[in-house]
Amino acid sequence: MTPKVATLHDAIARHVHDGACVALEGFTHLIPFAAGHEIIRQGRRGLHLVRMTPDLIYDQMIGMGCASRLTFSWGGNPGVGSLHRLRDAVEQCWPAPLEIDEHTHAGVAAAYCAGAARLPFATLRGYLGTDLPSVNPRIRSIECPFTGEQLAAVPAINPDVTILHAQRADRQGNVSLHGIVGAQREAAFAARALIVTVEEIVEVLPPAMNGIVLPHWIVSAVAPCPGGAYPSYVQDHYARDNAFYQRWDAIARERAGFRAWMDRHVLGSPDHAAFLASLREAA
Amino acid sequence: MNDWTRDEMMTVAAARLLWDECVCFVGIGLPSAACNLARLTHAPDIVLVYESGTLGTRPTVLPLSIGDGELAETAACVIPLPEVFSYLLQAGRVDVGFLGAAQVDRFGNLNSTVIGPYDSPKTRLPGAGGATEIAAHAKRTFVMLKATPRSLVPRLDFRTSAGFLEGHGARARTTMRGAGPQSVITDYGVLTPEPGTDELQLSALFQGATTEEARAATGWPLKVSANLATVAPPTSTELETLRALHARTREAHQRPVRLPA
Repeated sequence: MTPKVATLHDAIARHVHDGACVALEGFTHLIPFAAGHEIIRQGRRGLHLVRMTPDLIYDQMIGMGCASRLTFSWGGNPGVGSLHRLRDAVEQCWPAPLEIDEHTHAGVAAAYCAGAARLPFATLRGYLGTDLPSVNPRIRSIECPFTGEQLAAVPAINPDVTILHAQRADRQGNVSLHGIVGAQREAAFAARALIVTVEEIVEVLPPAMNGIVLPHWIVSAVAPCPGGAYPSYVQDHYARDNAFYQRWDAIARERAGFRAWMDRHVLGSPDHAAFLASLREAA
Repeated sequence: MNDWTRDEMMTVAAARLLWDECVCFVGIGLPSAACNLARLTHAPDIVLVYESGTLGTRPTVLPLSIGDGELAETAACVIPLPEVFSYLLQAGRVDVGFLGAAQVDRFGNLNSTVIGPYDSPKTRLPGAGGATEIAAHAKRTFVMLKATPRSLVPRLDFRTSAGFLEGHGARARTTMRGAGPQSVITDYGVLTPEPGTDELQLSALFQGATTEEARAATGWPLKVSANLATVAPPTSTELETLRALHARTREAHQRPVRLPA
C-alpha cells in the first residue's frame, strides 16, 4: 500500500497544481488554515476555489493572488462583517480579477452530494424568488418527469482536490472527524484527490459505528498538523479564536496592512508551527 | 424600568414573536440574540436550529459565528449540513425562519448580496447563505433590521430572498411552501403585510417612537395600520436577561484562546 502519511509541504506540492479546482471545506469548524497557508507559500496561481463560506482562509488566499475563480454561497466574516480582500477582488479586481460563481448554501450542499455520487447535476426545490439565476447561468431549472414541477438544477461539484482538517487519522489513512461536520464528507467523496491535515496520527481509530470516518482508499494523503485549523477550531482540542476573527477586520481592511501581516506571519514562517509561534510572539 | 435602548426593545419585541416548542431556524446577529432571549424567558423549550447543523442548541453565550463550538456542545444533536437544508428546511419541518438583511423592500423581499449593479458593485455584501431557502421554505419568517431610507427601500438592488415578490398574492402563486415574512422588526416598531396587497405597513410603534419618525426612516410612503398598537416596553426580567446574555457574550468573545502548541 502507498504510504498515506506525508508532510503538508509534500502533500500540497504533489496534489495542488496551478489552475486546479480546490475545495478547502469545513463549516466554521475544522477549517484547514495550515493547508491554505502552505498553498500561499508555494505560490499557486489561477486556482478555482470552492467553499460554502470563503471565511478568512479564502480572504487570505484571494488577497495573496492564488485564485482566479470562486464558487461560494456566503462570503462574510461571520458575526463581524465583510471579507475585505474578497470585496477588493470583486469590486476593484485587486490583486487580480476574480470570477464568481455564486450560489446558496442549499445549492452548494446539493452540488457536493451530486459530485460525491458522480451524478452530473443536483436538483433541489431552491433558488425560488431570487435574482441569483439571472446572474449565474449555472443555476438552471428542470421539469420533474413525474409531476411536472419546475425544480432548480446546479452542476455537480467535483474538485480536483478537496482539503480537510480532522481530529485524527490512523497510519493506514482512515480519517475520523466529529463536531460540526458541514458538508465535509460530501466534499471529500466528490473530489479526485483528498488531503487531510489532522491533529494527531493514532495506531487505531476509536470505534465509531455511526461516526464520520473517511475510509483510507478515498484519502490521498494525511498530514499531521497540530493546530492546523487555527484560528478556526477543533472540537475537543481548541476553541475558535473569536477575538482573532474580530481583529482580522482591521488587519485585512487595507492592502498594505494585509500584505505586511501575511509577509510577517505566513510567508515569514516556514510551516504552521512557526506561524503559530509568530502569533504567540506578537501577542 | 424605562431606561431601555431602542436596540434592546427591538430584540425584546422580536423575542416575543416566538412561542414555546416552536422550531426556529436562526440567522446570525440580531436574530440570534432575539431567539436566545425567547429561550431564556418565555420559551424554554423552543428548538433552535442553526445552519451549521446544531439542533436544539442552548448556548450560554451568543455565538459569533453560526458554527461556534458552544452551539455544538449545547446541542441536542449535530447533523450534516446537507441534511439541514434538505430534510429539515426543504421538507417543511421548520416553523419560523428568523432573518436579517441589508435591505428590505415594501413587499418584504430581502437583499443581502450587493448594493449597486451585480457586475460592478458599489458594495459587495456576503450573499445568500441559507437565507434564500429559509425565506422560501420556513412556514413563516420574521425579519430584523435597523430602519433607514437606505435599508427600507422601494426597490432592491438585488433580490436575494423572496418576501411577497411583487405583492398582491404573487408569492401564493409560486411553489414556495412558506407563508413569507409575517413581521419586520425595526428600531422604531413593527411592520406587517397588509392583507390583500402584501405591502408592509406600520402595525406597532415602540413607546416613544412616532409615525413621523417611522415615515422618515422608511424609503417608501409608509401606510399605517388602522389598528396601530404600541409595543409594551421591556419587562425587568427581559432586560436583565438580555443584558446578562450580552455581558457573558462580550466577555467570552474577548477571552484569549490558548494557541495550540
